[in-house]
Order: sequence, then C-alpha cells, then structure tokens
Amino acid sequence: MVDFAGWDMPVQYKSILEEHKAVRTRCGLFDVSHMGEAAIYGPEALKFLQHLVTNDCSKLFPGRVLYTVMCYPHGGVVDDLLVYMRSVGDYLLCINAGNIAKDIAWIKEQARGFACTVEDLSDDYAQLAIQGPSAIALVQSLTPAKLADLKYYHFTSDDVAGVPCIISRTGYTGEDGVELYCLADNGVQLAEAVLAAGGPFGLELAGLGARDSLRLEAGFPLYGHEITDKITPITAGLGWVVKFDKGPFIGSEVLKAEKEKGSAKKIIFFKTGDRRIVRAETPVLNAAGAVVGSVVSGTLSPMLNEAIGSALIEAPAAKEALAVDIRGTKLNLHLVKPPFVALKKN
Amino acid sequence: MSNIPADLRYAKSHEWLKVAADGTALVGITDYAQNSLGDITFAQLPKVGAALKAGETFGVVESVKAASDVYAPVAGTVLEVNKALDANPEKLNQAPYTDAWIMKLKLANPADAAGLLSAEEYGKLTG
Repeated sequence: MVDFAGWDMPVQYKSILEEHKAVRTRCGLFDVSHMGEAAIYGPEALKFLQHLVTNDCSKLFPGRVLYTVMCYPHGGVVDDLLVYMRSVGDYLLCINAGNIAKDIAWIKEQARGFACTVEDLSDDYAQLAIQGPSAIALVQSLTPAKLADLKYYHFTSDDVAGVPCIISRTGYTGEDGVELYCLADNGVQLAEAVLAAGGPFGLELAGLGARDSLRLEAGFPLYGHEITDKITPITAGLGWVVKFDKGPFIGSEVLKAEKEKGSAKKIIFFKTGDRRIVRAETPVLNAAGAVVGSVVSGTLSPMLNEAIGSALIEAPAAKEALAVDIRGTKLNLHLVKPPFVALKKN
Repeated sequence: MSNIPADLRYAKSHEWLKVAADGTALVGITDYAQNSLGDITFAQLPKVGAALKAGETFGVVESVKAASDVYAPVAGTVLEVNKALDANPEKLNQAPYTDAWIMKLKLANPADAAGLLSAEEYGKLTG
C-alpha cells in the first residue's frame, strides 16, 4: 500500500505484470474511488464549461461523455478530465485525485459571473473500473441495463448488483469496459458483488501499478507526466481535444499561437528493444550526446516485453537519432505512435 | 512469511550465499528481496573473471517498481553467471534460491562465509 494523494492505495495485489495481462486478456477490477467528482449546474453551465475547458462541450447530449483538458491562460494544463452531461444545464466532471483541491478552487474562481453552481462531490462517490475483453459480459451479468446498446464514451444510470450506479463506457486502459460511480457508502457492497461474480470471467483485482502500465501502453497521458502546468495540450499531442472553432476559452490565445507557429517542445513515445526500464527524469540524448529532453514516463510493457516510455524533448530533435544512458548502457529510442499494442476498437 | 533455507548464509543487504566444499559458492537474492521488489524485469549480471570485494556492487536487479544494486556478500572471483536470467529474469521471483542463482564465486577466503548471518539471524532481521 502506498500513500497516493492522501489515499492508501494498492500498487499491486499479486503482481503488476499478471494484473496487467489479466486486463488485456480477461478483465480487472480497479478501485478508483480516489478520483474526484464535481457537479456544475445552472442556466449557464454549458457557457461556463465552454470557457473552462478546451474541448467543445456543445457536442454533448444527455448520456454522452467527453474527454478534455482545462488550461491556465498561459496554456499549461490545470488537469485532464471527463465531462458527463446528465441533463440540460447539469454536468458531472471526473478529475484527478491529486488535483481535487486545486481544480475545485480553480473552477470556482473561473465560474464567478456565470449563472451556475460548482459543487465538489469527491467524497460522495466511490468509483470502480472494470476493464478488459470480458468486462462488459461480467457487468452485464449484474445489471438490467443493456450494455450492448451503451457505446464508447456514453453512460447510463442503472443498478449494478442492486447498487444505483452511473455506468460509463470509459476507461484508462485502452480496453473495453466500464467505470461505475456509486455513493461512497455502497462502494464496498458493489466491489464485493463484482468480485463474487468475476470468477467465470477471469476477473483479477488490479492496482495502481497495472493502471499505470496499461495507460502508458495505450498512450494515454497522466497528469504530472505528459501533461503538467508547464506542458500544454498541443505540446502533449492532445491537439484533438483543443477546439478553437467553438470560440475563446481559457488559454485559447496562447494555444492557437503555439499551434500556428509550431511547438518548441513535444511529447514523444518510444520503445527501446531492451528490458531495462527507462525511468522518469532520465535525460534524452541526441547523436552528439547533447541533452535534448527528459523522460516523463517509463515502464516495461508486459505485452511487448520491452521498455516503453514517453519523453518531453525539443521539437526539432524528434527527427534525430535519440538515445538514453541506463547505468552505462546506451539504448536507442525507437519512436512509436501509440498505442504500443493493438487495442480492440471500442 | 518469507522462505529462508537453513543451509544458506545471508547478507544484511538480502543476498544469500551457498558454500560448496570446493571453495566456491553460489550467490543470489533472498525470497524477502524478490518479494519486496515485486515483478523482476531485468538482471544485470557481473562479468566472469571480475574480482569482487565484500560489499561491492556486482549487478542490478530491476523490477517494475525500482532498480536495486546487489552486493557481493563476501570477497571472491566470478567463475560463472546465470545466463538464463537474461531471458527469464522472472525466475528471480519464482525460484530465488534454486534456478535463479545469479553468480558462482571462487571465494577469496572460504572462512568469510561464517561472518554472514545464519538463517535464524536473517529471519530476525526480516521478520
């Protein structure tokens, strides 16, 4: 168990590698109750969200989920988040555990002058993620909701094992699956019911370690690594969540200029063909041996059986031969457009 | 409870030493060490012929969580390394006292082994 944003969190239950493989081949249960939730509602909730986040929330409809980031005026990222549209003028946000206090303060400050209310519901919700090729069949065995009709990045509200839940067809693994939100008091009951039903579906408990290696293999950013208050979404390769045509939003001027002029730095993903893990903060070297950047995430891909990672480098260096030095061994970086492994189309 | 075979000697830095009658010894990491590291993904082996001092770093055992140096429990010369660990470092998790020995040493002084911890003493250290 480790302290993670004030929560006692399991890094692993049995083995990070085994838990990772279980999620890729069968399914895994993650307790992600540490994640934060906030409600934004009122007549100007949509107008406010359009100002707050980079993606276009006008594309949402009740039951639809949107991935986005919210930025500072200088373009750095406050956090990445999911926006759920519950009904007209009523939205739920899912934010990172380590950012809850910062995000809520930021959102409330920005909401001044908008006719909407911001409420921190982080303590009210437990959240379980069930992820993997057999995740939907497992959850279907516990709910009257028709999951076959629930498309990727859509959600519905229904009972799961008798517990009222938001059932969201989303996840952080690159696999099919759901994230279930329920009242915190019902979290244990829900987790026990999922575990009890999980045997025939090959369910394993999965911890933070597998969550990190799964998201990196899928090429998903993690706040504090690929995106930070100093790394913009354009630099991070998240231009697809930055929609300038919706009108101005916080950070839009700076991000637009970066997009037009080109980024000074960029996030790249790499593999090495070697098993030595290339850990965060390892310097990235060009052919001349000069430092052109730094690793931001690194692990061993359990599926590829080689080191994978991401790095923030000077943009022109992306065309050069790059390498790292791991305890005296030079390893060449092979740039990869993630995902690192073939993922089932959701 | 971690597994601590009675017939081995132990270093406080969590390596074991199995001394043979011919003045050689196998060295590996303990069950406690492999369990603390979690899934082992890489083992950097020493060079055959290297002369090691007691307490000197002879390699690295790396897991998803961290890379850890491993230390020679006693002085000696590396006679052989366990090449099977290159392809299958996970053997260090599965069989730390048998299949996953790391190196075979020619001991500089076979009596040195007596200065290491007994199984009982190592059990107290890690208990």
